[in-house]
Amino acid sequence: MTSAPTAKRSMLPTYLQVAPLTIVLALFFIVPVALVVVVSFFRYQMLVGIVPDFTLKNYIDLLSNPTTWTLYRSTLKFTLIVLAITFVLGFWIAYFLVFHVRSLLIAIGLFLVCTVPFWTSNIIRMISWRPVLGTEGLINSALLKMGVIDQPLQWLLYSDFSVVVAYVHLFTLFMIVPIFNSMARIDKSLLEAAVDAGATRWGVIWNVVLPLSKTGIALGALFVVTLVMGDFFVVTVMSGGLSGSATSGIFNDLQFLNYPRAAASAVILLIVVLLIAASIFRLVDVRKELVR
Amino acid sequence: MKKTLLNKTVSRRAVLKGGAAVAGVTAVTGFPMVWAQNLKDITLNHTGMSYSTLPDIARQASQDLGFKVEMSVVDHPGLLNRLVQDPSSLDIADLEVWQSKVAVPQGALQGVEIAKIKNWGDLTPLYTEGTFAGKEVSRQGDAPIEFIYREGKDSNGFASGKTDWANFCPGVFNADTLGIRPDLVGREVNSWADLFSPDFKGKTAIQNIPTNGIMDAMMACEAAGLLTYGDKGNPTQEELTATIAKLIELKKGGHFRALWNTFDESVNLMASGEVVIQSMWSPAVTAVQTQGVKCTYQPLKEGYRGWGNGLGLLAHLEGLKLDAAYEYLNWYNSGWVGGFIAKQGYYSSNPKTAMANLSENERGFFYEGKAATADITSPTGEKTNSAGDVRDGGSFEERFAQVAVWNNLMDEAEFLYSKWNEFNAA
Repeated sequence: MTSAPTAKRSMLPTYLQVAPLTIVLALFFIVPVALVVVVSFFRYQMLVGIVPDFTLKNYIDLLSNPTTWTLYRSTLKFTLIVLAITFVLGFWIAYFLVFHVRSLLIAIGLFLVCTVPFWTSNIIRMISWRPVLGTEGLINSALLKMGVIDQPLQWLLYSDFSVVVAYVHLFTLFMIVPIFNSMARIDKSLLEAAVDAGATRWGVIWNVVLPLSKTGIALGALFVVTLVMGDFFVVTVMSGGLSGSATSGIFNDLQFLNYPRAAASAVILLIVVLLIAASIFRLVDVRKELVR
Repeated sequence: MKKTLLNKTVSRRAVLKGGAAVAGVTAVTGFPMVWAQNLKDITLNHTGMSYSTLPDIARQASQDLGFKVEMSVVDHPGLLNRLVQDPSSLDIADLEVWQSKVAVPQGALQGVEIAKIKNWGDLTPLYTEGTFAGKEVSRQGDAPIEFIYREGKDSNGFASGKTDWANFCPGVFNADTLGIRPDLVGREVNSWADLFSPDFKGKTAIQNIPTNGIMDAMMACEAAGLLTYGDKGNPTQEELTATIAKLIELKKGGHFRALWNTFDESVNLMASGEVVIQSMWSPAVTAVQTQGVKCTYQPLKEGYRGWGNGLGLLAHLEGLKLDAAYEYLNWYNSGWVGGFIAKQGYYSSNPKTAMANLSENERGFFYEGKAATADITSPTGEKTNSAGDVRDGGSFEERFAQVAVWNNLMDEAEFLYSKWNEFNAA
């Protein structure tokens, strides 16, 4: 009989301790998302905005509109290309830093060098590609002067190419950091053991390093996927408005105060990203790996 | 409290009853002493788009009027959003004429009593009469004359003829055309059709703002003989579908180097030589010129795409604050703004006072179509033109006599937006 009040008393501090985070999450995450879901079922009145009537029109409009599918196809295309490139770059850069640089100090120094681009803003990093890739930019004038080409290469800027360049530049670090973190925890004697057991250099990478880095790869992939899927600014600026993304559809709707349809797009995008995240976690049990 | 110093309660009642509206409001201006003392505590919020909502104007107004004027910059949808969702957050709306089609029926604005606008008679007839230089102005699109008048203070609609109440006090306006790089186009450009000409494949851009971009596209399609329109100011779904199909075809064929969303993008495209002909706004041309790059706001034979702004009084204004707002409207068209805004290529609705606020050289260059006798500078003092230059498009009169169509909010706007999305995604 005396245990019940004791249990109650001991629970109180626990509740108090989780309360701040719960309140913050509820206020700044659950409530806004819930509002977005609610608004996505409201009706839109031309340039006036939201009319609180229940309707499925927004979802039907979106799903039956070929434009939505075109935008998603283009976003998925960019996501996959950027994922592949950032993975290859991120993996090898991390591998180099962890296993090839002997001195820890130099490794940390080089790692910091990777973050240098982040000392300026996103926008500057993106815009600065323009004078490099432009018709009268560095690359084109260099190639023209060397006589390699006689017409400037138009596909360098305002194209899918320039979008991918900007994404890779912006997001590779998000791949390097988690992979670096995973690799740094690999016991070096494992590699030696593998070599002693007769594994080739590639065999070590394939059978030891890669499986033991998969937490980092999964986390990096998650960062890159969410960043690319949620972007409209990079794609608009770097494609000169010629390519769109799933998010640029949302942006266009907001331009005309069509909040309900924008909310419906956001909900669909959220579901797609959650599905991708779920499948990544399915492949790698990140939580288990992290406590390893 | 029934009868305050300013007769506020009484006047509002009178207006609500609808009868002695004019008598009620004029009673407000009874007590200049009290008025002057309390006025300095007033803050007016002027909200509008970046090209006209300039901090320099607020600074000068605060200095001249003795009360505080603040500027809030929003984009086009942002202004409508504020007017509809949060009207008490602003006092003066610097709206484009077509935006009044949303704001007025929503009851966001109160009527401007024309009798209280001292220089109304001097304002350009483009707004007040629907004529310019003695001729009727184009009614294609949303011409200012169709939306400026309302029946009464609280009538929230558009009057067909002239009345004593306005939906907005005329603000800045201009006539838009295409910007070109005369050094790079390599031939004469004189028609909107040149925007779609194969000569400029991969070197053109169009603005990615559907309501404006579609106008440029329709002007080009019509000029090129590709399509005909009943009324470019209010196209049908079929006309829009055909126009967007043409745009998509051009986009897929690599005709557009880019679509621009913001002012600075249009400046960069032009200054860097990525495009040689594109949709452009007048201050963007000025901005390219200040970089020392030749850029012409090319007059075209089919005419200009006109647009105008108006200053609307928000419905919640009353008493002292309303008086201050009227003071501000009177100040706005009294000259300083006109002189300032002329240098970025726009026009004030009061040409008389605007011209009086320019030097003889500037007046000749901006208004009279004369060659500059000395350097011409932007509002911020950078050189834009040298002595001997003549402004593109000639004089103020020549320019506005040739407005073919006005910026507008078409009946099929929602259809346009979804079609424009297709163009974006294509």
